[in-house]
Amino acid sequence: MTDYYSKIRDNSSRRKFKSRLMLTLCILAAMLAILPLVYIFFYTTIQGASSLNLAFFTELPKPVGETGGGMANAIVGTLILVGLGSVFGVPVGILAGIYVTEYSKNFFANVVKFVTDVLSGIPSIIIGIFAYGLIVIPMQRFSAYAGGFALGLLMIPTVTRISEEMLKLVPHTIREAALALGIPRWKTTLRIVLRTASGGIVTGILLAVARAAGETAPLLFTSFGNSFWSSTLDSPMASIPVQIFNYAISPYDEWHGKAWAGAFVLISLVFIVSLLVRIATRNKYSQN
Amino acid sequence: MTDESINITSVEEVLTANDAALTEEEIYEKSKFSLETENLCVSFHGREAISDINSKFRKHSITAIIGPSGCGKSTFLRALNFMHDLTPGALVSGSIKIHGKDISEYDMTDVRRRVGMVFQKPNPFPTMSIYENVSAGLTLYKRHKRKELDEIVERALVHAGLWEETKDRLKVSAMALSGGQQQRLCIARTLAINPEIILFDEPTSALDPISTSRIEETLHTLKKDYTIIIVTHNMQQASRLSDYTSFFFLGKLIEHGKTRTIFTSPKNTLTEEYIIGKFG
Ligand SMILES: Nc1ncnc2c1ncn2[C@@H]1O[C@H](COP(=O)(O)OP(=O)(O)OP(=O)(O)O)[C@@H](O)[C@H]1O
Ligand SMILES: [Mg+2]
Repeated sequence: MTDYYSKIRDNSSRRKFKSRLMLTLCILAAMLAILPLVYIFFYTTIQGASSLNLAFFTELPKPVGETGGGMANAIVGTLILVGLGSVFGVPVGILAGIYVTEYSKNFFANVVKFVTDVLSGIPSIIIGIFAYGLIVIPMQRFSAYAGGFALGLLMIPTVTRISEEMLKLVPHTIREAALALGIPRWKTTLRIVLRTASGGIVTGILLAVARAAGETAPLLFTSFGNSFWSSTLDSPMASIPVQIFNYAISPYDEWHGKAWAGAFVLISLVFIVSLLVRIATRNKYSQN
Repeated sequence: MTDESINITSVEEVLTANDAALTEEEIYEKSKFSLETENLCVSFHGREAISDINSKFRKHSITAIIGPSGCGKSTFLRALNFMHDLTPGALVSGSIKIHGKDISEYDMTDVRRRVGMVFQKPNPFPTMSIYENVSAGLTLYKRHKRKELDEIVERALVHAGLWEETKDRLKVSAMALSGGQQQRLCIARTLAINPEIILFDEPTSALDPISTSRIEETLHTLKKDYTIIIVTHNMQQASRLSDYTSFFFLGKLIEHGKTRTIFTSPKNTLTEEYIIGKFG
């Protein structure tokens, strides 16, 4: 006679093994996901350390042959360009998301959804060329406006998509509760529904900002680059990614170091901005 | 006209009468009703959910709406404060009168402020504190002075029987309350906008007996200032709480009258069978 219990024990030990295996795979995958970030962070720090000094943050780039100098104009430029892009892309994205979820379930809404999906798949260099054709050629000059516009365009699909998904998660009963209090529809949407979804939408905006901050291709055709301070928004403007690009393809070792330092600053910038926005928009009543 | 005679036929008599031809007594009689419906029909995607509902709701009274599941009680209630406006495919016809005036003469948000609604499932605003929840209907409507708000919030919470439990933690998230407390919070939120009529759609169906009896007490005290209409599946609740009862069946108002009459000697056999539990 076979031991009846042993079968169950076999079963359970096999189950345990499977469970352990899956857990191990999950942990491995999670490590794989953060490994590149950690690696990049350390590598850029080490490579760029020699160039990272106060001058890097306060001085303009020096011409070929001179040592020293920094990237102050590019750091400020990136902040301005991403700011311009956000001013354009974030409201458009959120409003489009609101339109699609709150106000319309018709053919046009589906078109909007489809087009934003397609837009998110368009390579950023094409967005750059589009902005070049639309703004740079008529204005006959590279400008911060054109760069901001290109970055904004890039942000729209992400922001729209995430706003839509987050708004859809807001239970219908919340809208009914607000309307039943005699609160007008638009206020219900802006002050209650949007507020309920704000946690997730902020995440979406940060993803979009982080991506825009690192874009090089669309800026090559639009804000171009500048070795000096830009006095106005309709003149070419330096940005960290373009500066990194220029330094990285140069034959000089010192400039390579500067490119690494630029990469480090860019990553830190995205990190700090994300952190600040998170703290500023933290809702003490939100669920998570 | 005596109270006993408030049934469908008497409703029709009064409503079809020309206003100018009314006697003083009839005008007085009319002024006692804060809400009336005339041939109210609601259909979804062409399928009728309720049809030809003629009813009147007396001021300072509680009317219970009873009937089997799916008979259109919620549909009727939601029609009274324009809640079908958001539902795709919903079509409302007939007329609703508040104080004898057709609601088309009011503004939609105005109707909703006069006719408050408390839903079956507690639905506080999750990202707001207790205080913000109660004051939301006010602050999002127009500016209020802080002091004025404080007073209204306190009064609403006292009225809803929630003040003692929450006065020390008004700034806490509404989601930290229990289900029954959340429901009372929703009642307070509705009271804060000072409606004249309050609709309750099975407000206690998800609550324990203690929370239920507290809410019933609340309703009882509210009666002197408001007109209350409550949908309930609980016959005991209907009989102990309400002054009038309407019985709905398959989208029709079968019988309406004093609760005592409906529960002791209903005119319609369907009503009787439903009340004694033969179906539903
Ligand atoms: N949004 C809707 N779309 C389509 N049909 C609906 C909708 N709401 C209600 N109905 C239909 O209308 C009828 C009445 O529904 P209603 O919710 O009013 O019933 P009820 O009496 O409140 O039932 P219960 O006691 O279960 O809450 C049902 O047949 C239902 O299927
Ligand atoms: Mg219902």
